[in-house]
Amino acid sequence: MCLAIPGKVIELFPGMPYLATVEVAGVRRKVDLGLLENDMPQSGDWVLIHVGFAMSKISEQDAFEQMQTLIMLGESEQAMQEVRGYGLGEADEPKPS
Amino acid sequence: MKFVDEFRDPVVINQTAEEIRRLADSGRHYRMMEVCGGHTHAIYRFGLKDILPENLELIHGPGCPVCVLPMGRIDDGLALAKDSNVIFAAFGDMMRVPGEQGSPLEHKARGMDVRIVYSPSDALKIAKANPDKHIMFFAIGFETTAPSTALTIMRAKAEGIHNFSVFCNHVTIIPAIRAILDSPDMRLDAFIGPGHVSTVIGCRPYEWIAADEHKPIVVSGFEPLDMLQSIVMLLRQLEAGEARVENQYKRVVPWEGNRAALKAMNGVFELRPYFEWRGLGFISQSALRIRDSYAEFDTEQRFSVPGVRVTDPKAAQCGEVLKGVLKPAQCKLFGKECTPEHPVGALMVSSEGSCAAYYTYEHRKAMASSLAWPA
Repeated sequence: MCLAIPGKVIELFPGMPYLATVEVAGVRRKVDLGLLENDMPQSGDWVLIHVGFAMSKISEQDAFEQMQTLIMLGESEQAMQEVRGYGLGEADEPKPS
Repeated sequence: MKFVDEFRDPVVINQTAEEIRRLADSGRHYRMMEVCGGHTHAIYRFGLKDILPENLELIHGPGCPVCVLPMGRIDDGLALAKDSNVIFAAFGDMMRVPGEQGSPLEHKARGMDVRIVYSPSDALKIAKANPDKHIMFFAIGFETTAPSTALTIMRAKAEGIHNFSVFCNHVTIIPAIRAILDSPDMRLDAFIGPGHVSTVIGCRPYEWIAADEHKPIVVSGFEPLDMLQSIVMLLRQLEAGEARVENQYKRVVPWEGNRAALKAMNGVFELRPYFEWRGLGFISQSALRIRDSYAEFDTEQRFSVPGVRVTDPKAAQCGEVLKGVLKPAQCKLFGKECTPEHPVGALMVSSEGSCAAYYTYEHRKAMASSLAWPA
């Protein structure tokens, strides 16, 4: 619940202005952008996600560092479990790398 | 040293630790409180205490939402969910937290419909999928999660969803800091300010700590280097006799916070006159409740909540630990009756609680070395 998870905005939906597909370490989920309405992210932007809501825009470097922090804190598994658990949209399978 | 081998930037970390040792006046004892439970966890996880000078003490603050929730609130929420028409939804962090009548997970084993959600909007989604049931979202958290709950309630109203309500346990960090500073047995020199709460509230709400209480506060990130740099910034202020609010975590925390998040929170929530904090007692204007304009989505306005009050066992000294008067291991129950597997007191409940963090990283280390064969 207190995890801040970095994700990249992949897709916005014209009919649903507050919903976006984000990718976190290869996993794609829908998150809510409503709390960034004053500074809406665009496709390709990085955001920090709390409980399914994007809470701040960050740089790609900061996103990388935040993921490193989660790994160092031993919380990366928990974070991915949380991301997979977001039920706002259907889960997309991780892309083969 | 294990610490510097394992983590990034070992050279910079060493230089920063050296700077801390240089700045810390050896004739003085420093007491700094990290407010956020995430920082507490990181401090133990990274073994930061091992590289700080002995006269610099970190006091663990009240910023663990699971830890400060009074046990009776859990019993209240679960009592309402005994109705077979009600689905109880909560974050995974809540599932193992014991009420007097057991944890949500234990109630699930007894047949209650309990669902883990990772987002409040997922609880709303369950409501849409189960129109003949009532979905109660058991909301906890500081300003980091409260805006998401607020926006979910706004969405429920806009979409006309009537089988959804929120049992609101959201708390606010500033009154808790004030309560700690008002405590007569408390002596603190400075604060490491919470990182993620500050992405929402910004840095201005801390200004009174500097202006009125003359204590420096630095909003900090969560990496070892972030926290060490924050300690350097605090020591520099103390050395210069200054008290200011500084932001070490600028890459994430804007000085003004997140206006859209604050607007959502203010639109849906208002301050309760008072609220009970586990370990700290009643604190005025320290928690949020749902405004009358959203009464339909307020579990407490919609249903009759029993209002269970459970006092923690007297032997558990959570309040003293929470205020930094006692170290976790100085509590009579620590590691005996009270362990992370069977928590008696508030601070053993979550991995971000200071007793649980201390138990996981320090106590086990100490036990292991005391059992080891001599070399």
